[in-house]
Amino acid sequence: MNFPLSIESINLTKRFGDFTAVDSISFQVKKGEIFGFLGANGAGKTTAMRMLSGLSKPTSGSAVVAGYNLEFQSEKIKQNIGYMSQKFSLYEDLKVKENIRFYGGIYGLTDQQIKEKSEFMLHQLNLGGSANTMVRSLPLGWRQKLAFSVAMLHDPSVIFLDEPTGGVDPVTRREFWQLIYSAADRGTTVFVTTHYMDEAEYCDRVSIMVDGRIEALDTPVNLVNTYKVKTMADVFVKLARKATRGE
Amino acid sequence: MPMVQLLILPLAADYEVRNVRITVVDQDHSTYTRQLVDKISASAYFDLIHYGNSYEEALQFIEEDKAELILNIPPLFEKQLLTENTASLFIAVNAINGVKANLGGVYLRNIISDFNQDIRMDWIQSPGFSPRPIIQISALNWFNPLLNYQYFMVPGILVILVTMVGAFLSALNIVKEKEVGTIEQINVTPIRKHQFILGKLIPFWILGLIVLGIGMVLSWLFYGIVSEGSLGTVFTFAALYLLAVLGLGLLVSTYSQTQQQSMLISFFFMMIFVLLSGLYTAIESMPMWAQIFARFNPVTYFIEVMRMVVLRGSSLFDIRYHILVVTLFAIVLNGWAILNYKKRV
Repeated sequence: MNFPLSIESINLTKRFGDFTAVDSISFQVKKGEIFGFLGANGAGKTTAMRMLSGLSKPTSGSAVVAGYNLEFQSEKIKQNIGYMSQKFSLYEDLKVKENIRFYGGIYGLTDQQIKEKSEFMLHQLNLGGSANTMVRSLPLGWRQKLAFSVAMLHDPSVIFLDEPTGGVDPVTRREFWQLIYSAADRGTTVFVTTHYMDEAEYCDRVSIMVDGRIEALDTPVNLVNTYKVKTMADVFVKLARKATRGE
Repeated sequence: MPMVQLLILPLAADYEVRNVRITVVDQDHSTYTRQLVDKISASAYFDLIHYGNSYEEALQFIEEDKAELILNIPPLFEKQLLTENTASLFIAVNAINGVKANLGGVYLRNIISDFNQDIRMDWIQSPGFSPRPIIQISALNWFNPLLNYQYFMVPGILVILVTMVGAFLSALNIVKEKEVGTIEQINVTPIRKHQFILGKLIPFWILGLIVLGIGMVLSWLFYGIVSEGSLGTVFTFAALYLLAVLGLGLLVSTYSQTQQQSMLISFFFMMIFVLLSGLYTAIESMPMWAQIFARFNPVTYFIEVMRMVVLRGSSLFDIRYHILVVTLFAIVLNGWAILNYKKRV
């Protein structure tokens, strides 16, 4: 492999008591790649993502994210990654620009940088007129795009997106994916979980998790060919059916 | 809301006893007993609800909880007083409402001894007798010369308000972020733990001091209470105290998962802290274990300090021990909160 690696996971495992949520997963993600992380509800996607972003301590196994060791340098990792969670995670009772300033401050951006970034971002998202709007009163799709941009504020080398487009209309989803592509073009590695199979086909490579293990990992085209089906949705159904774990 | 409490509580949560219901059993029916009964019923402290002959009848009132006190005047009361110079009265107290009955009993004794002096005055005025020395008991109430109950209560209630604002609001805060999900976003940033806790602390700290300021102004406007000691001393101590209370709130919120849970825990602590703080009841009269507990209660120290500084005019040097203890509280509670707040689970 000639590309430098952004994420390398080696036998990463998380157990809660007797329950093994993530069972020894190993994979590599290249820099600038859009990596789709698929799986049925309860397959362990979110837990795996939380471990990689330093929110959850692995029970065993190791990983290197953005060039830093997950076990010993998790705070270094945090400076170099963006994270957008399933739940909406901006402050709803702050204005749009206050949220930008707040997160900019946390990541140590200067006032000048924050000003430039927020102008650029609001222009890009067509939110120019809403800088003083409370985040609470923005439509869901706009909020998700804003949350993505805020997570990208400090130019992270890897961005983790946990079901970023859940409940968002198809038009806004398309716009959202344009944001993802432009981030990847600028060299950011995108690690995304989704339940939408059309979105899975936008990814460079896709892994499918079943019962805490990675059952398949390849480009969407190769997966469709390997499993001799027509679409990614068929691949997913074929694999997910093997699951023994309830939701 | 806390301000309304400040204005209403001292008026209602008042230990002054009024309207003690009394029944008098008069088995003498003389001039003196008539005078005594007049004196009692003229007092604002007593409601004469029954005046009769039989003790059994009077006891009935106590049993039905219609009266707190019985004053029993035996037969030949006046005669004994005049001939033998002594006479005895009997007071029976309904101790169910202990505070009211006991204080009522004390008031009644005062009225009787007052009456006793009146009679002596009569005798003194008759010529031929050498004036008997009258023993005068005079009481001097330091620092609260008029025994104004509000002077005693208002500074204490102010402490409770500041504590509630500090502990409840901060206890809810981190938990709210847990519920909404924003805490995830914070935990995934490189923010340091102490930065996060300080960020939570400072706004509530300022808010608490503002509440105290407004409370002091209101207690001046409505109760005419002006601090004897310097306001600088009050606020210096309050600043340290708030750090301790906020630390407790934050600690609770690092342990709780939902706002209800953290409300319940804070409520539990507040109840105990307030009841064992010496606000309503004197710590010295508590059982030993409660006295020891009160020493581990930050509220106790602030109430003591408020009363010392506001009523007595104590200086920073006088409250140095309190300052030391509260500083320790602040360090331990906040340190614990920082340790227990985990960015990675």
